[in-house]
Amino acid sequence: MNHNHPVFTDNDPQSELVTLNLGPTHPATHGVFQNVLQLDGERIVSGVSTIGYIHRAFEKIAEHRPFYQITPLTDRLNYCSSPINNMGWHMTVEKLLNIQMPKRVDYLRVIIMELSRIADHIICNTIIGQDTGATTTFLYLFQFREHIYEIFEEVCGARLTTNIGRIGGFERDFNDIAFAKIDKFLKEFPKALKEFENLLTRNRIFIDRTAGVAEVTKEAALEYSWTGPLLRATGVDYDVRVSDPYSSYQDFDFEVPVGTSGDIYDRYLVRNEEMWQSLRIIEQALVKLKTEPKGIFHADVPEFYLPPKQEVYNNMEALIYHFKIVMGEIDAPKAEVYHAVEGGNGELGFYLINDGGRTPYRLHFRRPSFVNYQMFAPMSAGMLLSDAIINMSSMNIIAGELDA
Amino acid sequence: MEETTLNNNILAKLSDKFGEKVTGVSEPYGLLTFATTKDVIINVLSFLKNDLSFNFLTDITAVHYPGKDHGIAVVYHLHNMVEKVRIRIKVFISEQNPTIPTATTVWKGANWMERETYDLFGVKFEGHPDLRRILNMDDLGVHPMLKQYPLEDPNRVDKKDEFFGR
Repeated sequence: MNHNHPVFTDNDPQSELVTLNLGPTHPATHGVFQNVLQLDGERIVSGVSTIGYIHRAFEKIAEHRPFYQITPLTDRLNYCSSPINNMGWHMTVEKLLNIQMPKRVDYLRVIIMELSRIADHIICNTIIGQDTGATTTFLYLFQFREHIYEIFEEVCGARLTTNIGRIGGFERDFNDIAFAKIDKFLKEFPKALKEFENLLTRNRIFIDRTAGVAEVTKEAALEYSWTGPLLRATGVDYDVRVSDPYSSYQDFDFEVPVGTSGDIYDRYLVRNEEMWQSLRIIEQALVKLKTEPKGIFHADVPEFYLPPKQEVYNNMEALIYHFKIVMGEIDAPKAEVYHAVEGGNGELGFYLINDGGRTPYRLHFRRPSFVNYQMFAPMSAGMLLSDAIINMSSMNIIAGELDA
Repeated sequence: MEETTLNNNILAKLSDKFGEKVTGVSEPYGLLTFATTKDVIINVLSFLKNDLSFNFLTDITAVHYPGKDHGIAVVYHLHNMVEKVRIRIKVFISEQNPTIPTATTVWKGANWMERETYDLFGVKFEGHPDLRRILNMDDLGVHPMLKQYPLEDPNRVDKKDEFFGR
């Protein structure tokens, strides 16, 4: 008898299915969502996902906030890489307002976004290690996420929910300490990442746990609208940064890693390679910054960019613009716009309809975790429970992005 | 410029096939947008997927325009990854009887997007395999993104405007 396909007689007590509530607060789910699984021994027969435990109605709240107050809402979507969400939102509004950013701002944004991508991928890949039983890797690489947060802290004052930047640029220029910290990170992180790869990539136990587990074909991934590292692991080279460049990504030389089988091992490899590519992009951005005029950290659009406080108190135009921006009375075109950025988990889209009022008429977030996660329950059927757990880790489902 | 010719080609093919069912064409920020009706929406989506290689369903959502004849717009975003073109399709349906055929027959990934749209706007997707609420609790009773529902409960007494200087 094949132990993977046991045959039971009708009155065998083992033939009964067990119902397991995985979540809503389970340490292995790394977030607040529930799966009701029907188990046959250790094998999952079927599953039903329940989400919405931290639904905060951001789309409804956004209809009651002026544009600049929506940035903190986007922080709380994918809170592992908040700056990408913040900047995605800023760029959406800038697209609506037809604002062209100076190159220096674009490059500064690219640095921050790639650092966030690294932070996001660190979490996902180390957690895969953790869930396959390798706590060392988790602790080892996690300190570098801390270093990234210190860079964010230097740039905007916050660490996790960053509210970084403004519509029209940054609120302040990067100081020397920030650049020093970025340089330090670029020097130290590759060594640690190399060591992290040495620990896992050719690790027999890790490969046994991940290779060939939860394989997904290209066709299935596209059918379920997967994006990001998950889609690329199946072999589709779709990356918003390349297919629809924003924030001057077309100026950079980087590769989009793709996998072949879409299994957990491929997802791990794709994310690791993306971290190397992100480092490459940051290095190029730092070089490019040297040729740009210093001290430019926002576009010259006083009617949309929140002026510094000392000017508000001393300068009438600044006071007027400040008042108008804070009250949401900026002159934005009555139009609708869709803008997508490559978030940590895939295509993060903002669909904004402006009717000329103080607040958006409608704002919809296309959240990659939400779209990616719907395949989890169908693909879990037939999988071992422990495989489903690492499958979930490798999908990097962030509850905030799942529920909005 | 290139984008516009591409969009015009797509539009020409769509108009050939569906004639007067393709209305309200516009191109905000280079993204081809048109409206169609709910009796042909599934044909339009299949045609775009199979014949014009819009292989990817980016998003389904809805917008509420209260007080209009057809007050709910169901909005589809599709993506042609090879030619790097996006397209937006709107279907205006009646607010009193918000029904539309499900797109899960075309893309399986439409499942949760439609459940979310049902949850927030009450749009009933006919033929959907599992049309339940997804983000809100089952006994909420309302579809909260409709414009008639205020952000906060107006009956609350602990949040008087005077306390907040409003």
